[in-house]
Amino acid sequence: MGLTKNASGRGAIDNGHIIDRESHELVIALAGNPNVGKSTLFNALTGMKQHTGNWPGKTVTNAQGRCTTEKQHYVLVDIPGTYSLMAHSAEEEVARNFVCFGHPDAVVVVCDATCLERNLNLVLQIIEVGVPVIVCVNLIDEAERKHITVNIEKLEACLGVPIVPTIARKKRTLEALFKRLDSTAVKATAPVTIYSAPIEQAIAALTPPLAQKVGEQLNTRWLALHLLARDDSLSATLRTVLGYDLTEDPTIAKTIAEQRKELACKGLQGEALRDNIVNTLVVQAQEICKEVVLYGKPNYADTDRRADRILTGRRFGYPVMLLLLMLVFWLTITGANIPSQLLADGLFWLQDRLSELFYYLGAPLWLHDVLVLGIYRTLAWVVSVMLPPMAIFFPLFTLLEDVGYLPRIAYNLDRPFARCNACGKQALTMCMGFGCNAAGVVGCRIIDSPRERLLAILTNNFVPCNGRFPTLLMLLTIFFVGTAEGSSVAAAALLTILILLSVLVTFFITWLLSKTLLRGEASSFTLELPPYRRPQIGQVIVHSMLDRTLFVLGRAAAVAAPAGLLLWCMANITVGDTSLLMTCAQFLDPFARLMSLDGVILMAFILGFPANEIVIPIILMAYLATGSLTDVTDPMQLREIFVANGWTPLTAICTVLFSLFHWPCSTTLLTIHKETGSVKWTAFAAVLPTVIGMLLCMLLTAVVHWLS
Amino acid sequence: MRLCDLKSGQRGRVTALHTVGSMRRRLLDIGLIVGTLVECVGRSPGGDPAAYLIRGAVIAIRDCDSANILIERWDPSWA
Repeated sequence: MGLTKNASGRGAIDNGHIIDRESHELVIALAGNPNVGKSTLFNALTGMKQHTGNWPGKTVTNAQGRCTTEKQHYVLVDIPGTYSLMAHSAEEEVARNFVCFGHPDAVVVVCDATCLERNLNLVLQIIEVGVPVIVCVNLIDEAERKHITVNIEKLEACLGVPIVPTIARKKRTLEALFKRLDSTAVKATAPVTIYSAPIEQAIAALTPPLAQKVGEQLNTRWLALHLLARDDSLSATLRTVLGYDLTEDPTIAKTIAEQRKELACKGLQGEALRDNIVNTLVVQAQEICKEVVLYGKPNYADTDRRADRILTGRRFGYPVMLLLLMLVFWLTITGANIPSQLLADGLFWLQDRLSELFYYLGAPLWLHDVLVLGIYRTLAWVVSVMLPPMAIFFPLFTLLEDVGYLPRIAYNLDRPFARCNACGKQALTMCMGFGCNAAGVVGCRIIDSPRERLLAILTNNFVPCNGRFPTLLMLLTIFFVGTAEGSSVAAAALLTILILLSVLVTFFITWLLSKTLLRGEASSFTLELPPYRRPQIGQVIVHSMLDRTLFVLGRAAAVAAPAGLLLWCMANITVGDTSLLMTCAQFLDPFARLMSLDGVILMAFILGFPANEIVIPIILMAYLATGSLTDVTDPMQLREIFVANGWTPLTAICTVLFSLFHWPCSTTLLTIHKETGSVKWTAFAAVLPTVIGMLLCMLLTAVVHWLS
Repeated sequence: MRLCDLKSGQRGRVTALHTVGSMRRRLLDIGLIVGTLVECVGRSPGGDPAAYLIRGAVIAIRDCDSANILIERWDPSWA
C-alpha cells in the first residue's frame, strides 16, 4: 500500500518523470526487480518516509528525494520494480522510460541477494543501455540467515561495474554505496553480454547508420538490438523522445530490413529472435551465479513453505484470512476507545478555553461562533473520532504487509477474481483502498491488462477507505453493539461482515462488467510470492502511526476546517425563517426517505464530497444547530441525539450501506480521471456505486416496510 | 507432461514453451526458459493458481497458462 501521506490523497496523483533538480545535483535512479528493498534503501538514503512493504509492485510511480555526501548533492529517484526493460505494464513502462530516456547520471540497480540469478537478468539489460551502473546486492542479512553467500569481488569482475553489498535497514552498511557514488559511477567499457553470432553481425551492421543519426544521445548497440527485435512500446516512446521516427531514415530502414532478412534466414525472426536475446541474458545470469553464489543450506526456504501451507493452504487459507481481518478490527476497536475519549476531552476542554479567550478579548459573538463553533468544533470532532482508529489500524495492516502476507491474499483470491474474468492483483489494490481509494486507483497500475486494470479502478471505491471506516465503526457500535463488556468482539465481527459484503459486491460488479461493458476473458497472470521477512515491529509501528497521524491531521485541517465554516454559515444564514441548511435538507428529504435516510444525511454525504471524514460531523452539526455538543465520544449520548432526530436501526443500516456505496470523494475521482484519461469512465465510476447504494437502501426499505 | 500436472513437491525441467505474446515475455523475464528446473510448491485454496519455485523465487501461475508449458519429470540422477 503506497499509503504515506505523500502517496495517498492528493499526493496519489502521479507527476510522471519530471525531475525537480538543481543544476549542481546528480540524478541517481534506483532500479531493480519488484520487492528487493528499493524503497527501504531509498528511505535510508534520503531520510524520507516513502511507504515500504513486502510485496511486489508497491511503488508504481517515481518517487524522488535528496541526499548529500561529503562530495556531492544527489537527487534519488525510486522507480517502480521491473523484471526487465521490455515493458508489459504501465508501471514497468515508467521504470523503463526513466532508465532509458530520463538521462539519469547513474542507475543503482538493487538486487535481492537471496535471488540473485533472476535479478542479474535486469542488471545485464541496464548495463546494456549504456548508463553508468552501480549494483547494490541488498538483503545480505536475509541471505546470511539462509546460508547464501555472494562473492562480491568475483561478481564485480564478471560484470565490470561496482558492486556494493548492503542491508538497507542498517544505515551504516550504506556508506560504501555513498563512497561508490562519489567516485563517479563508471560505465561498463566493453559489452558485457555477447549474443549469438548472427545477432552480433546484425548489430554491427546497424550501429554505424544509427550513430550517424543519433550521435551520443543514446547507446547505439542497445538501440540496434531493440530496433531489430521490434519492441513496439519502445519504438513509440523512442519517437516521442527523439521527436522523429528513426525507422523513417532511408539508410536505417534499409539496413534494418536487410539484417532482419539475414536473421530470418538463420531462423531468427519475430518471437524466435526475442527468445534468443532473452535466453542469452538468462543463461549468462545463470553462469555468473554458478561462479559467485554459494548455497550453504539447500533447504533454506522450508520455513516459508510450511507457513505457506497454512496461510495459503486449501483448508486454512480462507479461514486464516478472515480471522486475521477480524483480529485487526478487534485490536483497532479496543485500542481506539480510550485515546478517542482522551482526545475528545482534551480538544473540547480547549474549546471552552477558546470561548473564554474570545469573551475576555471582547470579540464579537459572530466571530466566536464562526471560528470556535464552526471551524474548531468540526476539526476537533474529525480528529478525535478519526485519528485513533486510523493510527491503530494502519500500523497493524503495515505489519501484515511487512511480513509479506499481502501477496498471499492476492494469491488466495485469484481464483474468485479469475471467475469474474479479472486479476487476483485486484485484491492488492483493494487492500490499498482501505487506506485511501485514490492510492488504490493509482495502485491499479500493477495490473497488466488494460481491461482488468479498468475493472479494478472502477470497483476500488467499494472498499471503505480511511475516511469512511470510523463512520462505519461508530454507527455499528452505537446502534447494534452497545458498550457492554465484550462488545468489541461483536463490533469486530459486524465490521468483518460489512467488509465481506463490500468484497462480495466488488466480485459481483466485476463479474457483471466483464459480461457487459468490459467484456473479455481473464488474461494471463503471474504473481511473485516474496519470502516472508521478519517485520521491524518497533519501526513499523512508530513510522506508520506518525504517518497516519500527520495524514489525518492534514486532511482535517485542509477539509474539515473549511467545511466547518461552510456548515456554520449554512446553519446561520436564514432564508425566510429557516436556515439555508434546513432548506436544503428539507428539499432532499422526500427522496432520502425512500432510502430510509433523511435530508440531513443525504446532504451530509453531498457536502462530504471533498472528504468522507466530515459526513458524521455534518450530520451532528445539523441536528445540533441550536443545541451544543458536549461529549461527542460517549456512544450513548450520540445515540440519543440520533434517535431524537428520528433514527431507527434501519436508518443506521442504510447510512452504513450508503457510506459503503456512494460516489467516490473528489480526490479519488480526479485520480480516476488521471489514470483512465476518460471523462466517460470517471463519470461512470461516480454513478455506478451511487446507483448500487441507492438501490440497496431502497430495496431494504421496501422489504422492511413490507414485512411490518 | 504439462507444468500444471506437477503435484505439490514435485519437480520438472522445462522442455517447451507454447505460450505466446506478453505472457511468453513475462515468463522469459522471470527466467523460465527451456531447460529451467521448476518445482511446484503448493496450490492456492481455490485450487488454481499454483505456486512454482523458479530460479529461487516463488511465482504463482494459473493452470490455463501453465498448461502451455511442457516439462519432463525431474530425474534424481540429474543432480
